[in-house]
Amino acid sequence: MSTVSKVLITTLLFSLSSYSNADTDHQPLGKPAEALSHQAQWNLSIAPDGKALPKGKGFAAEGKKIFALQCAACHGPEGIGASADPLMGEVGSLTSDYPEKTVNSYWPYATTLFDYIRRSMPINAPFSLTADEVYALSAYILSQDAIIPEDFELNEKTLPRVTMPNRDGFTAFYPEK
Amino acid sequence: MKKAPVQSRRQFLQKAALGGALAGTVSLPILANADKLEFPDDLPEWMRAPGGEFGNYGQPSKHEQNVIRWISANPAAPGNGVSWTPLHDLQGTITPNGLHYERHHNGVPQIDPEQHVLLIDGLVDSPLSFDVKSLLRYPMVSRTCFIECGGNSNSGWRSNPIQSQAGYAHGLVSNAEWTGIPLKLLLKEAGIQPAAKWVIAEGADAAALNISIPLEKLLDDALLALYQNGERLRPENGYPMRLVLPGWEGILNVKWLRQLRLTDEPIMSRDETSQYTELLPDGTARQFTFINEAKSLITSPSLGMMLPDNPGIYQISGLAWSGRGKITRVEISADGGDSWVDAELQGPILDKAFTRFSLPWHWQGEYAILQSRATDETGYVQPTRDALVENRGKHGFFHYNAIVSWEITEEGDINHVYGF
Repeated sequence: MSTVSKVLITTLLFSLSSYSNADTDHQPLGKPAEALSHQAQWNLSIAPDGKALPKGKGFAAEGKKIFALQCAACHGPEGIGASADPLMGEVGSLTSDYPEKTVNSYWPYATTLFDYIRRSMPINAPFSLTADEVYALSAYILSQDAIIPEDFELNEKTLPRVTMPNRDGFTAFYPEK
Repeated sequence: MKKAPVQSRRQFLQKAALGGALAGTVSLPILANADKLEFPDDLPEWMRAPGGEFGNYGQPSKHEQNVIRWISANPAAPGNGVSWTPLHDLQGTITPNGLHYERHHNGVPQIDPEQHVLLIDGLVDSPLSFDVKSLLRYPMVSRTCFIECGGNSNSGWRSNPIQSQAGYAHGLVSNAEWTGIPLKLLLKEAGIQPAAKWVIAEGADAAALNISIPLEKLLDDALLALYQNGERLRPENGYPMRLVLPGWEGILNVKWLRQLRLTDEPIMSRDETSQYTELLPDGTARQFTFINEAKSLITSPSLGMMLPDNPGIYQISGLAWSGRGKITRVEISADGGDSWVDAELQGPILDKAFTRFSLPWHWQGEYAILQSRATDETGYVQPTRDALVENRGKHGFFHYNAIVSWEITEEGDINHVYGF
């Protein structure tokens, strides 16, 4: 047996014994994934701080065109009242007899809009929009209720700073008190 | 809705007396023509010829083809919707895999297990990836529990009682034996950093569904499930792997799991802000209401059935479950809640799992309102609809767990009613 093989076997035995833990005996089989963890496809989730937002920018005017092509069929031309969830309008309706939970009336964070559109919309072709298109669509939706001005440049820096009307409307029930 | 007439309030459920009566009526058939060699012409055909061949994978009898999940999906996006477990057609406590409820946000992905990877990263000492073959070598445990969609029974918030069969109004809940790896094994292998408090789970479907889960739950009783009732997960239930979080609402039991990212704060994804939060009358909303509170439902007799014999003896049967632990008591009322009798609970009574209850009922043609009311081991008692609506208004949509009332008419028809 070569010296190299002896070293390998010794290392393996040592490793195996060190893998034993108090819960159960099993061999840890996870592979180091530092590089994988940095790939864009594993960084889709965007927290309210917006740190994971991709570089890009968009304006409501472009977003309006994309909306008509990609969104209106399910969400309706006005972004409300069709088969898919309502997006625009009804800000201030949450205490009424007919509350509408639109993006603009209900969602507490604008970052969620980017996160959700990018990962799952349009429903027949998720991941088909560019970052600029997602910024533009987000700008269009938010501008329809004057949450941002019509000419506002939405980008990775400005999006997390947008304050949604219902930002303080949620009460966390975890942890339970 | 008027209350049950006075005479029906006196109609108590006579469990003990009935048990004795039934025991005495059993008798064996007598073979009157035992000396005759010829068989009668009406001997069934399936006894006169060899039966069917073996099958590689069994299917229900063709006579049970109406026992199906009821699909309710968006016509414009058929992969976005639900299918309901036909609880009214089932017995026992285990939901067959082909009938487990579904909620998909953009269809059922057909995942090649050779290509699927689970990544654990974020606030860990070393990010790790796991392939399916490796995961199948880990120690596994089995756990029977229910999974209930946060939106189950949401028609209960409507102003008028929906006239749907029990499972098609309340069947976004199913109960299975899940087998998999305790999540804590995999998380500890990656090395949990002290700052980690939440885990962002993400699915490999065309919604790339993401949601925040408290790390505490994953270290407690959560499973990375690979098997469902003994066989590998069905595609619609997360093949090749999913989270199972006993007692916590369905959306958190992420199917087709591809990533667990440990963080210090929740991500505030669409499905923990826009959806699965409950709007209250004051305009604020409850968020992170993870636990499915105690609930019960009479599955038989229930809407869509009728009582054929008057008078007749009927076996009231149903299911109870709680996300907080074991069911300790189920009571039955036949008079709209004026009087209650304890049902028998069928063992074993498992933590955060379906418990079957039953009670024989003498019906003598009177108008009746049948209800069940569950209590769990924390002492929590299932509320009436009035109490639930009083507490939460009518626009919460999620976490409806009120007592269900079945009206029995004098003709033996069954309707869903409110007001009791």
